[in-house]
Amino acid sequence: MTANITTKVDLTISAAASLKDALTDVQSLYLQEKPKTTLTINFAGSGTLQKQIEQGADVDLFFSAAASNMDVLKTKDLLIDSTIRNVLGNKLVLVVPNDSTVPVNSSFSVVVTDPSVKKVALGEPKTVPAGKYAENVFTFLNILDKVKEKVVYAQDVRQVLNWVETGNVDAGVVYLTDAKISAAVKVIATASEESHTPIVYPAALIKSTNNYTASRDFLNFLTSDKAKAVFDKYGFEVL
Amino acid sequence: MHFDWSPAFISIKITLIATIIIFLLGLAAAWWMVNYRGRWQGLLDGILTLPLVLPPTVAGFGILLLIGKNGPIGKLLGMFDINIIFTWHAAVIASIVVAFPLMYKTARGAFEQIDPNILNAARTLGVSEWKVFWRVSVPLARPGIAAATALAFARSMGEFGATLMVAGSIPGQTQTIPIAIYFATLGGEMRVALFWVLVILSISLTVIVIMNNWNNAQRKLKLGAGGK
Repeated sequence: MTANITTKVDLTISAAASLKDALTDVQSLYLQEKPKTTLTINFAGSGTLQKQIEQGADVDLFFSAAASNMDVLKTKDLLIDSTIRNVLGNKLVLVVPNDSTVPVNSSFSVVVTDPSVKKVALGEPKTVPAGKYAENVFTFLNILDKVKEKVVYAQDVRQVLNWVETGNVDAGVVYLTDAKISAAVKVIATASEESHTPIVYPAALIKSTNNYTASRDFLNFLTSDKAKAVFDKYGFEVL
Repeated sequence: MHFDWSPAFISIKITLIATIIIFLLGLAAAWWMVNYRGRWQGLLDGILTLPLVLPPTVAGFGILLLIGKNGPIGKLLGMFDINIIFTWHAAVIASIVVAFPLMYKTARGAFEQIDPNILNAARTLGVSEWKVFWRVSVPLARPGIAAATALAFARSMGEFGATLMVAGSIPGQTQTIPIAIYFATLGGEMRVALFWVLVILSISLTVIVIMNNWNNAQRKLKLGAGGK
């Protein structure tokens, strides 16, 4: 059930960059229902957003691409704990440029075994969740050291995708949702669930919010059927 | 764990080489534009200054499209088996593109301050254009050129966006101090980040102070000679 918002409210939402396309669609759906509400969505890396909230940024709702960022804020007592929920899931995939000779339906180990793969791009594991998950997978497969000889670290997942699209790296690890929006790359492998920590996108209200009811309403909308259909279209797993 | 010093060496190497190239290119472009009176003056000046107004990541993406594996320059180099993307050479190119406008603009300003009568006086004495440039203009514009070089150095040293785009972050190869700071900060390693901030500040401050002192010493030398 969603609340009846009668007065004008302006909500500020900090959302992970990988949610950009899907959440923008969800936003316009929401505004059709609640024309009195204005949504300002700040898209950036989850780590950056987490730091901003720690420093007291005026945010109502945080939609993170990793549980770890949410956990830090929870420990620092900055969240309304009862509102934390895992909204979405995602899959980790290995992508190559369209003209690559690496066979489709490979495993992540082709990064090491296929001689045509000379450079592979990952997000910097310290700050990019996708990079961290990728290291999980390569550790699981026991090939992390060999992968490191070929690795180039990127600022975020979109930069990885960019390098693969332009053919400057021979392979890259991104989310399924990123791979889906690009026509210039193809997915050749999907990481098995047991090979990495689960990829979840948790959302929660920030303790300092002045718009509890309206924020709560938007949070509820994120798990509504309408929003689910959008997330599903972009390749997210709706939890 | 053993501390990785490589970002310091990588940054210094990239910045020194980039600064030398920017110095030569920037000086030449500035001098040439001061003397160019054609109709494309405004447009050319705009193009040379463009990297200053573009966000570095955009400049970086532009360079990536040019020198990347499938870019026109990248393909040409590929024929000779040369690959520059994701090497420290790419970082040098990114630094040059981003810091060049500072050298060019500041040096150009300095050249424009010179009284044209002095240059014309030299010309009436039959001095070649090269000597007018090297023996008259450059010494007269020296404080401005020194400032331009210091600015270009500092900008290259702090270059991040374009560098990461074309050189990536490869520890021990292309991971410069600013890239190390960025990842350390966001990764919550505040002590590592602070350490590198102090390193980069000391390097840049030292260079700027040396440039200023050298410039003041040169000025005193000149005034002293004039007094005799």
